[in-house]
Amino acid sequence: MYRYDEFDHDFVQQRVAQYSDQVERRLSGEITEDAFKPLRLMNGVYLQLHAYMLRVAIPYGTLNSRQMRRLARIARDYDKGYGHFTTRQNIQYNWPKLSDTPKILEELAEVEMHAIQTSGNCIRNVSADHFSGAAADEVADPRPYAEILRQWSSNHPEYSFLPRKFKIAVTGAERDRAAIQVHDIGLHLKRDDSGALGFAVYVGGGQGRTPMIAKKIRDFLPEEHLLSYVTAIMRVYNLHGRRDNKYKARIKILVHETGTEEFVSQIEAEWEKLKDSELKLPASDLAAIASYFKPPELQDRPEGWSGLASAKKADPGFAAWVHQNVTPHHHPDYGVVTISLKPIGGIPGDASDSQMEAVADIAERYGHDEIRVSHEQNLVLPHVAFADLEKVYRALLDVELATANAGLVSDIIACPGLDYCALANARSINVAQDISNRFASLERQREIGELKIKISGCINACGHHHVGHIGILGVEKKGAELYQITLGGSGDENTSIGQIIGRGFAPEEITNAVETIVETYLGLRENADENFLAAYRRVGPQPFKDALYGETSKAA
Amino acid sequence: MMKVLTANRLGDGIAVWLDANGRWLEQIDNALIARHDDAVAALEIAGKSAFNKNIVVDVALIDVEEIDGEIYPVRLRERIRAAGPTVRADLGKQAEFRPASAA
Repeated sequence: MYRYDEFDHDFVQQRVAQYSDQVERRLSGEITEDAFKPLRLMNGVYLQLHAYMLRVAIPYGTLNSRQMRRLARIARDYDKGYGHFTTRQNIQYNWPKLSDTPKILEELAEVEMHAIQTSGNCIRNVSADHFSGAAADEVADPRPYAEILRQWSSNHPEYSFLPRKFKIAVTGAERDRAAIQVHDIGLHLKRDDSGALGFAVYVGGGQGRTPMIAKKIRDFLPEEHLLSYVTAIMRVYNLHGRRDNKYKARIKILVHETGTEEFVSQIEAEWEKLKDSELKLPASDLAAIASYFKPPELQDRPEGWSGLASAKKADPGFAAWVHQNVTPHHHPDYGVVTISLKPIGGIPGDASDSQMEAVADIAERYGHDEIRVSHEQNLVLPHVAFADLEKVYRALLDVELATANAGLVSDIIACPGLDYCALANARSINVAQDISNRFASLERQREIGELKIKISGCINACGHHHVGHIGILGVEKKGAELYQITLGGSGDENTSIGQIIGRGFAPEEITNAVETIVETYLGLRENADENFLAAYRRVGPQPFKDALYGETSKAA
Repeated sequence: MMKVLTANRLGDGIAVWLDANGRWLEQIDNALIARHDDAVAALEIAGKSAFNKNIVVDVALIDVEEIDGEIYPVRLRERIRAAGPTVRADLGKQAEFRPASAA
């Protein structure tokens, strides 16, 4: 993985020193809250309901065991013994003292981490397919390009005061696991007929109060033009993006209001001036960055196959976990392990300090020292030999991290909601817990099959409800929580925005409503291979409306 | 509507409420309840002053009711601030200030 060079170390150290001074001056009253707030936000420090919150960047969701151990130590020493992994592949601490945040950033800098650009109207942490560099279906590892974008965008003066925040995601496989079509810019790394690498470029996707699917504006941009082309997009956005209305300031609105054709012509005109400039990436630079992401040397471990078969036969729990949480690796003797942070009835994305340390130990022993954070709020061990799977499983069982539910109905994304967040209108976590408990039986979950439930506690959609197969949005109505359901959303290569199914549900009704939807699906699917989304796309909303609201809903 | 004044403490961000002696308390129980317009205006002035003195941030007047002598915020948001996360009874005020008999 990427290692800081001297420049990176200096850069992060300077930022820590600068921020420490700012906090000191704020605490002594030398600077006002109005002056300080944008400064703390630039370093990932928010104020939430109960306390400050610190969001730490995990670039493209990749970290090693040393970094994970440090995250655990920070949780223990400066917080309340846990952290929350987010849908942006970051980690959030819910209780740090402002006065401790400079020390926390110092501790992070020691392990090549920071909280820069995890907030504010700048280019945020670039997210990537959490199976990058490991998945069997990958064309090439997209993370070197994410790292190039990170270096280029960090503290970039031109992009420090954008109209609004800006999120970029990259994937290197046809199967989109990074939800690139609901990002401001989505980059799909692929090869052309000659075998050269380049990107399909998507612009103007996003969720929030105005969900939009990104427009594909280039089918193949040669890799050396990555920065010049993204710069052209950023310049058009920075110039024309709206600054008069926060709710219309994202690039998706600009693309929509300008029209894709006109927008693309503006980008192309800008790019003409840039494409042969110093922004064109030299092959040597590309190779230098790519070398940091060289896959680990994986020894052939064919002995794992027979051992795996007998271990699965001996332990149905292990067999279920392998079936659900282990996916194909490009090396036939290895698998990609998803560590579910969704125990039945648990808080999606939360991990205790000891769980983080256990994952670090397992990654070091059996996983070539690599850990990933997924946007689905799980952790991933990208390179585990089949021969070691059972040991990994047993070690995960010991710390209650072996729930065999990846991609199933209890693998729910939920934002922190009103239990923590100052922006939320309703709680999310408790809804996720209720649904998880209702569908507690893993046997029943497997019978239901792949089903993604995503829950947001406000219209900002941090819980990605717009792209949930079943999406749940919490709102406040007449002082009470109310939950709206959307159906048919998806955040993959066939992205769709879910449609509101009808009137909302009270907190005590929402889990019943979800169960009604699931039972309706089970009753109408053509066979067990037709998953919820496919069935919904075939039959449309009416059967679900009828089941939820009665036959009269047809007239409505 | 009765009101109390709440904020988050500058140094650690912890939720606090103003009492009759001008102290910012970590529990809502003994907050000063403003029962008429003059009292509300006085709370507003106290809030601005504390903000300007860099004691607290995010100062807000919130609606409350009194039920059996206890202060009960009207909005769920403020009830959660006063108690802690509903999904982690071991954290926040509900854990820190729970009487031993109820523990």
